[in-house]
Amino acid sequence: MAKIVGTVSTSHIPAIGGAIHKGLQNDPYWKPFFDGFPPVRDWLATVRPDVVIVAYNDHGLNFFLDKMPTFAVGAAAEYSNADEGWGIPVLPPFQGDQALSWHLIESLVGEDFDLVTCQEMVVDHALTLPMALLWPEQNWPVRVIPVVVNTVQAPLPSAARCYKLGQAIGRAVASWPGDERVVVLGTGGLSHQLDGERAGFINKDFDLKFIDSLTANPAWATQYSTLELVELAGTQGVELLNWLVARGTLPEKARQVHVNYHIPISNTASGLLVLEPEG
Amino acid sequence: MSTIKPHQPVPGTTIFDGEQARKGYALNKMCYSFNEAANRAAFLANEDSYCERYGLNAEQREAIRNRNVLQLIAAGGNAYYLAKFAGIFRLDMQDIGAQQTGLTKDEFKAKLLAARGE
Ligand SMILES: [Fe+2]
Repeated sequence: MAKIVGTVSTSHIPAIGGAIHKGLQNDPYWKPFFDGFPPVRDWLATVRPDVVIVAYNDHGLNFFLDKMPTFAVGAAAEYSNADEGWGIPVLPPFQGDQALSWHLIESLVGEDFDLVTCQEMVVDHALTLPMALLWPEQNWPVRVIPVVVNTVQAPLPSAARCYKLGQAIGRAVASWPGDERVVVLGTGGLSHQLDGERAGFINKDFDLKFIDSLTANPAWATQYSTLELVELAGTQGVELLNWLVARGTLPEKARQVHVNYHIPISNTASGLLVLEPEG
Repeated sequence: MSTIKPHQPVPGTTIFDGEQARKGYALNKMCYSFNEAANRAAFLANEDSYCERYGLNAEQREAIRNRNVLQLIAAGGNAYYLAKFAGIFRLDMQDIGAQQTGLTKDEFKAKLLAARGE
């Protein structure tokens, strides 16, 4: 049976793309952020994933407001990155896993998640940059399945619904007869707000509580409405919904493997968390 | 009796909901087009005709002319799409944050650092 060997949750700030391109990993501004990742890469070398399911939000590359799915799952043989408008370098394409994608879709729709399915999709920095942080050589030794969550246009799916989607993904993987080892990657956040007079809002206290909750009390954040999450984490901090999808794929009991938190990268409090299923 | 939710309850924040999405559709559609380099070049070559092609209303046209992010948001702009507009002028998120908060860029960066609370 396929198995989820762990989750990685990380910020996906576009400026990371520029920093990678310019080789600024040891620059004093960037070092506290990039130094979070070698332990994750060591961990990946031990858990040896075949497939990465990536929960993220599209920022207006694949989806426009003409058609905005609440949840969408990729079912393509390959996913390309493309120009997003502000000149971060385009990264190499990712190999998909169509068989497992369709199994996920069958299983999730079977559990009443009314998904949009995508046989063609381009993937933006929210997928590509976390992948490049995990595999800096960008040779992608894994197949990828995108799971896209609407964090752009209200009404957003609730935190509780995102957590349940993760749980359903966990069950779908567990019911797949292959022997794939799967990592679930959730990207975005943590607290930040780009727009309005409240731009620059960061909430360290909330972020640390949220990170902490994911190990032993994973449903903690589901007590909040998406509007309350905007108030607590900022208009784009609500991207933490993707972390909840990832966390939901693990059993209730999980073990913290690695954590990093740093303020600020661009306008964002950056977070990084690796969890493994306990037992 | 109304089932309408309380509008925009977070101070200094415009929730991008259906009302904003309707209001800002043309503006955001133009910004979405800036994913492509040829469209960015076409905008720079003739801003008036490019805005006209997307059917911007007077408020949106004025906000684009002013490169004013708060006006763009009031006109229905969404942060993720407006970022593509800002990218044309190589503005980063601290430039945009400073503009919206009335701070200098250095003051805005200091505000971000202060969130460490150390
Ligand atoms: Fe984002």
